[in-house]
Amino acid sequence: MMASSPHKTLYHYGHARSADQDAAQPVRRPVVVVGAGPVGLAAAIDLALHDVPVVLIDDADRIGEGSRGICWSKRTLEICDRLGLGEGLVKQGVTWKLGKVFRGDDLVFSFDLLPEEGHKMPAFINLQQFYLEKALVDRAGELPNLDLRWKNKLTGLEPHNDHVRLTIDTPDGPYALDADWLIAADGARSTARDLLGLTFSGVTFEDKFLIADIKMAADYPTERRFWFEPTFHPGQSALMHRQPDNVWRIDLQLDPDADAAAEQEPERVRARIKRVVGDRPFELEWVSLYRFNCRRLDRFVHGRVVFVGDAAHQVSPFGARGANSGIQDAENLAWKLAAVLKGEAGPALIESYERERTQAADENIVHSTRSTDFIAPHTPAERALRNAVLDLAPKADFARRMINSGRLSVATVYDTALSTPDRDAFKGSARLGAPLPDAPVKTRDGHDGYLLDNIPGEFTLLYVKDGAPPKLPAGVRLATIGEDIVDKDGTLARRLDLTPGAALLLRPDQHLCARWRHVDAEKVASARDRAMGRTA
Amino acid sequence: MAKLITQSQFAEPDAAYVALVEARRNLREQAAAALDARLVLILANHIGDFDVLKEAIALAKGP
Repeated sequence: MMASSPHKTLYHYGHARSADQDAAQPVRRPVVVVGAGPVGLAAAIDLALHDVPVVLIDDADRIGEGSRGICWSKRTLEICDRLGLGEGLVKQGVTWKLGKVFRGDDLVFSFDLLPEEGHKMPAFINLQQFYLEKALVDRAGELPNLDLRWKNKLTGLEPHNDHVRLTIDTPDGPYALDADWLIAADGARSTARDLLGLTFSGVTFEDKFLIADIKMAADYPTERRFWFEPTFHPGQSALMHRQPDNVWRIDLQLDPDADAAAEQEPERVRARIKRVVGDRPFELEWVSLYRFNCRRLDRFVHGRVVFVGDAAHQVSPFGARGANSGIQDAENLAWKLAAVLKGEAGPALIESYERERTQAADENIVHSTRSTDFIAPHTPAERALRNAVLDLAPKADFARRMINSGRLSVATVYDTALSTPDRDAFKGSARLGAPLPDAPVKTRDGHDGYLLDNIPGEFTLLYVKDGAPPKLPAGVRLATIGEDIVDKDGTLARRLDLTPGAALLLRPDQHLCARWRHVDAEKVASARDRAMGRTA
Repeated sequence: MAKLITQSQFAEPDAAYVALVEARRNLREQAAAALDARLVLILANHIGDFDVLKEAIALAKGP
């Protein structure tokens, strides 16, 4: 972000002095998370739910206005649901799944991000980031082993072999704190990254984008609407999203040489918005001008410091791949770090975070870069080709498929050593290395629910009853399909391709790591060892 | 292994060439470029083979 209007404080939290500040020697904590944004909060909550005591520090003491992230993906909502706040978010947010793309004022293409029924969570909700942060802070407050310290600013970081020593500044002065592990969730301008002297390299795009949240009563549909060269903003692109509270996000592409200060003058912004919305009255809630980067750290794991979210990688906003991928980083790391701290797994499991989440970051950067190249062509010759695609779109399917106004965030299918390769053939939509697809089910007591509700944050063997279940190693939970979980309408059997005796092993992050047509104790034990990084 | 066919495939190569010529006859430079762009996209999709496309790009760009 280059500049933005001053933010109002929406939620204010007090600084409380920690007993750690009065200790004669630095106190040692298993995990410190720096940065109480969505990613740091999600990581801290997940760890606390895995019974790991967590200290979460943030240099501010408030959640400020300014919408920033607004689109929360299905996978993010599933993660939040496991953390205990998914249903509230869906209730509070605006659910959508349709995207429409216009050329000039004509519709050329539309897409449905979740064309099938039978999932608890929608394709996307739009919700102001501060509401998500508020819900996460509230959830954090319910967890006694999560110590959230506001106005704690990281100023020093000294790496050691088996811990890091942090220097933290507070309104009461500085103190030192030792952490077995530090999770750096301190955003695009990460202090932890600077303190370690790490380079953050990639591509900065020249085009500038004006982003405005406006309050307005309007009956536009609840869809993502994207325009190439609309008459209200000639020669450029525009994006519009609905948010709760009658707030609309409008994103307008500007010239690379646009004057940042002048473009944010309220009167100038108002004039631009008026061309978009016509005579409808509106109020400006928040305005910002940005130029974006696609870049990442070479490595996310540096000894005992692990980077997550924007501190580790940055993409353009088209595709909602920033905060969503950050929350997926947090989920990937939390169970692994918990297993390592409990002595159940070794460093190989943390290395799998590196492998899986750099794979996800690279995927996000590729998609984001491609979208940006389509939305903002670099040269007149590139623009001619882009416009040829748009010219052909009304006449040819292949051209509609090439239109790229942002490919929206979906969970990465991990190509990972933690998965046991399939030896039996499976159809359906479940993929090895991907989160399990959801399906409507009934629970043992006859209640309607969803599959993912029944897969908490621990290793789970889903077993289709056919005689006695296999003996399970400690730390693997059994869920028998037909008893604990009942297929409600055949969707479960179809999506997972279930037959009697079939079994699926799920990681604590609900990702599928092994499956068999017929299972025994040894297969499960060996797949679970593998998923804990214990074998090659 | 090369998949791009560079041997002549048209029964009447001259007629095929003239069809392309006539498509752009009397077009201004920008309109001709836009036509070429649309043609490239249509033909690339018809071929539908990413390796062939890359070989064709290399042949077109090469010395």
